[in-house]
Amino acid sequence: MSQVAQGKGRTGFIAGFLILPLALYLTFVIWPYIQTFGYSFTNWSGQSPTFDFVGLDNYAALMKDEVFRGALWHNLLLLVFVPTVTILLALFFAFMVNAGGRSGAGGVRGVRGSSVYKIVYFFPQVLSLAILAVLFGAVYRSDEGGLLNGFLTKLGLVDPAHPVEWLNQPNLVLWCLLLVVVWHGVGFYLVLFSAAMQSVPKDIYEAALLDGAGRAQTFLKVTLPLLWDSVQTSAVYLGIAAMDMFVLVSTMTSGQFGGGPDHHSEVMATVLMRNFLYFGKSGYACAMGVVMLVLTMILSVVTLRATRRERIEF
Amino acid sequence: MGSTGEGIGRRDLIKRSVALGLISVPTMSFLSACASGGEDTSTKGPDKGAVTKENPFGVAKGGKLDVVVFKGGFGDDYAKAWEAAFDKKWGTTSSHLGTQEIAAKLQPRFNGGNPPDVIDDSGAQQIKIDVLAKGGQLAELTQVLDAPSLDDPSKKVRDMLIPGTVEQGTQGGKFVALYYVYTVFGFWYSGKLFKEKGWAEPKTWDAFLDICTKAKAAGIGGLAHQGKYPYYINVVIMDLIAKKGGLEAMKAIDNLEPNAFEGNPAALAAVEAVYEIVEKDLLMAGTNGLTHTESQTAWNQYKAAFIPSGSWLENEQLKQTPDDFDMKFLPVPTLADSKLPFEAIRAGAGEPFIVPEKAANKPGGLEFLRSMLSREWSTLFAQQANSLTVVKDGVDPNVKLRPGTASAVAAVKTAGTNTFNYLYPDWYSEMDTEIQNASNELMAKRIQPKEWIKRAQAAVDKAAKDPNAKNNHRS
Repeated sequence: MSQVAQGKGRTGFIAGFLILPLALYLTFVIWPYIQTFGYSFTNWSGQSPTFDFVGLDNYAALMKDEVFRGALWHNLLLLVFVPTVTILLALFFAFMVNAGGRSGAGGVRGVRGSSVYKIVYFFPQVLSLAILAVLFGAVYRSDEGGLLNGFLTKLGLVDPAHPVEWLNQPNLVLWCLLLVVVWHGVGFYLVLFSAAMQSVPKDIYEAALLDGAGRAQTFLKVTLPLLWDSVQTSAVYLGIAAMDMFVLVSTMTSGQFGGGPDHHSEVMATVLMRNFLYFGKSGYACAMGVVMLVLTMILSVVTLRATRRERIEF
Repeated sequence: MGSTGEGIGRRDLIKRSVALGLISVPTMSFLSACASGGEDTSTKGPDKGAVTKENPFGVAKGGKLDVVVFKGGFGDDYAKAWEAAFDKKWGTTSSHLGTQEIAAKLQPRFNGGNPPDVIDDSGAQQIKIDVLAKGGQLAELTQVLDAPSLDDPSKKVRDMLIPGTVEQGTQGGKFVALYYVYTVFGFWYSGKLFKEKGWAEPKTWDAFLDICTKAKAAGIGGLAHQGKYPYYINVVIMDLIAKKGGLEAMKAIDNLEPNAFEGNPAALAAVEAVYEIVEKDLLMAGTNGLTHTESQTAWNQYKAAFIPSGSWLENEQLKQTPDDFDMKFLPVPTLADSKLPFEAIRAGAGEPFIVPEKAANKPGGLEFLRSMLSREWSTLFAQQANSLTVVKDGVDPNVKLRPGTASAVAAVKTAGTNTFNYLYPDWYSEMDTEIQNASNELMAKRIQPKEWIKRAQAAVDKAAKDPNAKNNHRS
């Protein structure tokens, strides 16, 4: 048998395996996107099989929609803060756990009990977002039954007759939500960065130590550059999470599908769902979906491009 | 993409069922049901007995009856009690399904032509009644209305119903859905707490504020409300408007008139009255950020004197209410110079019961509905689900009800024909949401009554531009 025939046989074999997944992917991922795109040019109500073609009307209305623009702004704020805060904290903790301990004779190790910390840090990741929403609902509860309010009342910092309504304060609500996301994410990225740090050969650290590098220098000059791939991937993932935020906002804040008080915690996904299921403006909601898709794609490309560095082999 | 071409409509159907397939891949029965849709799969005709005066629909003895009910705030014990009573009388065997997933469980059965005989089509996943009606899936229930009542055979069933029941269940001129649960809205308080403190039921807004002030002095919150859902405080605001300005003021809002809020003195007076609670610091601490269960439970723990809600409250709070709490209903107290009396209440019906056109035992389904509209079954419901029904005086006075339900029954009796109901939340959900947001800001003291009026009017004006506004008008 000639080489070519063998190659052909193998291609057919591989293709045979790929046809089914590809068909499923096309049917259940690509096709709904195309459908959404189509519906975004109609006035479909979502409850009847009839609708009219309205051209770019939905997109024009979207440009003027203050609620959606506010939501977009909130998403962008989260997009800056969620990855930055989460990654910085995770890097700091990961470094402490892996290389922050007292430098013994020639060895590099984490602070005392670091193996326990690694497990404990991962706990939040095990919880689903729905449980997280309930948990932090109890923390932020607006009367003195809430953990935060109860604590602050005991300390005498908050008047029990006027407790802080955390999630009902226009200037606090978004930061309260940000804290939940960061709390949830740090553990996972800590473990991810730990794994990356452990794959860095110890002798590089030893060399740095011998050269007299301090802890901060070791981190900035050695650890971070070697971890850059992981950081980059994390930034994209966290960025996508910041563009979504639907579960937390819709369950924790007031309003139909959340977003309250008075649109101060609105994100694009909550505005979309409200229009889709509650206001009967599904065509309009589809236009929002298309905008979200485009923004998320731009975000991924920009992040990957902007953070591109030369690979360091070790 | 026109809306007229039949071929395109079919293609959309296929497209949408593909999207649906994403969610319901495991339910292959759905697809097979689709394939056989439209054809009558049952070979034998429905069982039918002889039509007599006692048996106006011709129920066959010893047949089967298939009942599906929404298992929500009212549970499904009441339906089990009904089915037992039905089986005893007609010798039938009932199958019962209590579920929250009405659409998922029933859509394939409607498509397959084998729907159940009676359905309580309710809850978040209900199949929209207008969609079913347009598809010709619903039996016309006018024959139930014209059948003799079980309580008094000289009267028709329709004479036993509270006014408005038939209008609410009518789609395209046909009566197809029986909205069964009668709900009244207002304030609720603890009879025990009021007796202890020597407070009397307040009939005017001033008296109401007075009790709130006394409560606050006694270390209890005045008014609790379900802050995370401003829907509830809107009940208070809108009821005050309707009572102060009369039915005309209410209709002006539903009909999206340019002076519904702005330039309407009744509206401003109502909002200012509610704002007085905020200004005088008479709210329960933290109530603005609580969910309905959190605030209602706090109220059950005597942390507030009043809370606004519908008459489902007692059943919803069953587990949290102390035995001696003595829950009481209070119509929203009136402002000075109100056009409606204190006794007037907001009232409406929920929980639509339907009989599918293609039900295997349609006579059984119709008879089931007729029985529901008897005093015996209505009493069973009031006992099991702690709520009222649309049957006039539908609860046997000798039966002991829970205190909240009993006080609501009394209030309905006193109100007589003095009831009203807003339609805008069903007609214009966007406007409703915007007014709710404004109310949330008002309760948090972030806006003043005048600003609330401005925002509410802006929401009305925006809704008036909605193409749907043409279809809705009440007189």
